[in-house]
Order: sequence, then C-alpha cells, then structure tokens
Amino acid sequence: MTGKTKVLIRRHSVVTRITHWLNVAVVSLLLMSGLQIFNAHPALYWGAKSTFAEPWLSMSKQEIGGEAHGITTLGGLTFDTTGVFGWSGKAGMREVRGFPAWATLPSWRDLGSGRMWHFFLAWLFVANGLAYWLWGLAGGHIRKDMLPTRRQLRLSHILHEIGTHARFRFPKGDEARSYNVIQKFTYLAVIAVVLPLMVVTGLCMSPGFNATVPWLIDLFGGRQGARSVHFICAGLIVAFVLVHVALVIVSGAWNNMRAMITGKYAIETEREAA
Amino acid sequence: MSTDRRHWLKGAGAALAGLWLAACDKLTQDPRAVRVLRRAETLTYRAQRAATDRRALAREFTVADISKDFRANGSTRPDSEAYQAMLADNFADYRLVIDGLVEQPRRFSLGEIRAMPARSQITRHDCVEGWSSIGKWKGARLGPLLDLAGLKPAARYVVFHCADTLEQTLDGTGQYYESIDLIDAYHPQTILAYEMNDATLPVRHGAPLRLRVERQLGYKQAKYVMRIEVVDRLDGVDESGRTRLGRGRGGYWPDRGYEWYAGI
Repeated sequence: MTGKTKVLIRRHSVVTRITHWLNVAVVSLLLMSGLQIFNAHPALYWGAKSTFAEPWLSMSKQEIGGEAHGITTLGGLTFDTTGVFGWSGKAGMREVRGFPAWATLPSWRDLGSGRMWHFFLAWLFVANGLAYWLWGLAGGHIRKDMLPTRRQLRLSHILHEIGTHARFRFPKGDEARSYNVIQKFTYLAVIAVVLPLMVVTGLCMSPGFNATVPWLIDLFGGRQGARSVHFICAGLIVAFVLVHVALVIVSGAWNNMRAMITGKYAIETEREAA
Repeated sequence: MSTDRRHWLKGAGAALAGLWLAACDKLTQDPRAVRVLRRAETLTYRAQRAATDRRALAREFTVADISKDFRANGSTRPDSEAYQAMLADNFADYRLVIDGLVEQPRRFSLGEIRAMPARSQITRHDCVEGWSSIGKWKGARLGPLLDLAGLKPAARYVVFHCADTLEQTLDGTGQYYESIDLIDAYHPQTILAYEMNDATLPVRHGAPLRLRVERQLGYKQAKYVMRIEVVDRLDGVDESGRTRLGRGRGGYWPDRGYEWYAGI
C-alpha cells in the first residue's frame, strides 16, 4: 500500500540562517534610522539639486481652515495624511514630522543619532551581504538553489506557478524540496538588485565618495536622484517583507520558521509502506 | 484562525514592536552603546581616506546648473555688536587672523585676501538634512594662505572660528566653529570664498569669508570666518581642564552628535 509520510529535509544552511536573521535585525534598524534621516528634509527630488518648489514627494504640515493637517504630495496629487505623515503624535502633542515617532530610530527627532545608527549599521549590512554572496557563489548556493532551472524558465511553467500562487496553493512533496520559480525570481531581485542598489545609492549621497567615483552618481541623474532611488528601494524592501511574511504564514508558518531557525523543513512524500 | 488567536497574535506583535523601539531608544541614550556606534565613524573616515583619491576634485557644474533657490541654513545674520559694526563699515576693519601652530601668525585684510591666488568653482552644496543646491564660489585658496603663515611640524588640523553664536550657552560652546584635516585644507578646491554667484558674498551665506570644503557636507562650510587656528589636536584642554575648542569634537555640530568627518 502507499501512504503519505512526513520527512524532514535539510532546507537552509547555517550561513543562510545566520545571514538571514542578521539581515532582519540590521535592515529593520537601517529602515528606521533611515526614516529619521529622511525626516530632516521630508521631500524628494530628481536631478543633482533640490528644486524646493517642486518636490515629487513631500510631507508637511499645513493649516486648513485654522486646523493643522498632515499633507503628503506625490507628483500632482495631494493626500491628507494627518496622524501618519507630516503631522503626527498623540492628540495635543502632535508635531511636524515626515514619518511618525513609532517608525523612526530614535523615536524623537535627532538627525545626528539617526546618522550614527545608520552608518554603523551600513557597515554591518555590507559585511553580512558580502559574507552571504561570497559563500553563496563559492559554495554553490546561488547556482543550485537560487538560479531557476531550465524547466522552471519555461513560460508555461511560470504561468502555471502564478496561477497556483494566486490561489494560495503551494508546492507539496518533492516539488517543495526546492524554491519555486516565483520565489527564485523574487529572492534574486532582492539580493542581487534591490539590496545592492541600497548600498550604491547610499554611497552616492556621500560627497567624499562622489569626488572619487563621479560617474556612479550619474546613473541616478545626480545626488537628489540617488536619494530618491534610495528611498524607493527602501519602499520595495518593505513591500517585499510584507508579502514574504504573509506567504511564510499562509504556506505553513511553523514549518517555515523551523526551517529558517533549525534548518529542517518537513515535506510530505508518497512512500511505499513496508 | 480564530478571533482569540488573532487578537493574541496582534497583541504579541504590538508588544514586541514596542519593546524593540524602547530598546533602541534606550541604547541611543547609553554612553557605552554610543561609543561603540561612534566607532563606525572612524572606520568610515579611515576607509574613505585609504580607498579614495585624496586629491580627487568634487564635480564642477555649469552656469546653467546654478540654483536660483540656494538655501541658507544655520545663522543668517550674526547678532554680535562686533560683527554688526564690521558689516556697517563694509568690513573695512576686518582682519582674518591665522595663528596657532604656525611659524608666523598673520592678519590679512579683505583686500589682501582678494589679491591672493584665487579659484572659482561651481559646486553642489549638500546639506546634512538631505537637500542640495548648486552655487558658484570664488575665493582665496586655503593652502597658499596657510603657507604664508608656515605650519609647524606638529600641525594636524585647521580650525575655523566664526562670528556667529548658534546657541546661547554660559560656557561659550554655542559659538560656531569647524575644523578639517590637512588633506582637505590643502585640497585645490578648498577656498575661503568672498564671492557667490559672481557677486560679493551675501551676509546670509557667510560674509565676509566662508570656507568651501567641497567634499564634505554643508555644516563643514563655516560661515563668517574670523580666525583660523592651526592645532595638533581637537580635544585639547587648557590648564584648568576645560576643553579648548568647543566641547572637544572639532565643530559646533560634531559637538552635538554629528560626524566630524562629513565626507559621508
């Protein structure tokens, strides 16, 4: 007779697990200290210089009918974001700030401390990312686990995966032994594009670095462009984390967490009973 | 998921987030943690000095790039009587003092400074807050000026004492000052600007003289420079044990938690 048996497979190596959790802590703190820095001038521009009258994104306090409102502008659009962006805090103690106190490090307004945290963490972030990449390339993790196989790259397969994902049906059994093609694309986009872009655009905001590598900042249209791309990529990381955590939960919260902590992942296999 | 469980999860999540935030705030106020975090600044400074070309020039722009809305931050009009008197007199009595660890302390009038080796440059000014403005500056190169006084072998830093008081304090540490190392002091783009956008440097941008050290952030570009002092250390103390320069971190903003090396 045949039956389903649960087997524990080795899912994540110890390097993946350590760099993953270190990244969780470091990126969270980078995000929060980054929002503190953003709050010092909560407006974004394209090009080399700030065109103060025409930011593409801005958060500010405006008086409307004698009442203070938090106003966010995006392109030509205007949103009332009172309590979150521009004007936030407990009633009676509201203050002018881009992002609210609960999102920034430190919670009070302190650009100097925010920068101190941000640049300390940036070194950790780069060291952690380099360790992961060096090990991933040398040890075959990138090639074996992250790059899609030829079969996975077939259009029919990709469409099929999108269809099953949309219905929250996740690969089971032997299919679950490796990352599916959507996972691979997403993870690669994060580790090979978005996270490195954060480092590059971050460096492009350093006037000392600009003088040494002047061509790099041109890729972003200048320093204010680099600052905008830095902000947008931070937003993409937040979007990724939200979807990632949601999918971790719906596709087996405990099994996934165990895999990222102990390395062991349970899959169901068809097995001939003795 | 049951409602109970969802509530529990939500509560636990909020509690964890609250703890996380409180822990970060606590660390920010803990001198030991701050000491560890501050080490990264030294690492950044050393890494940039080691890995980058010390003579590399900051990008120079064209006339068309000049900002029409160049912001003025910090002091925009020093309120001391001495400064007001000099301003009323169009800085006729102004003398730039160069002293400290120099062979020959010097005093220069504005006319003398204008007659010295000059440089014009259209550069981007990056405020620590995040914005940038582009302006044209003309001024005397700092290097030749220092050479006229002659640096003593122990010289390590150049300190700029300014006319403006940004914060009223009892011990005088609210007086604006800044400092740079000798690499930046002798960098070809480091000038004491007396012109901005082809006109006499306006008061809000630092008249009569403003430092331009183009590979660092805006707060290093000291305005209203009155005296240049050459020193061997920034945290030196006098006989009574008081820090000689501000609070000993090399600048008004560095004394208040900002990086001394603002090339980042």
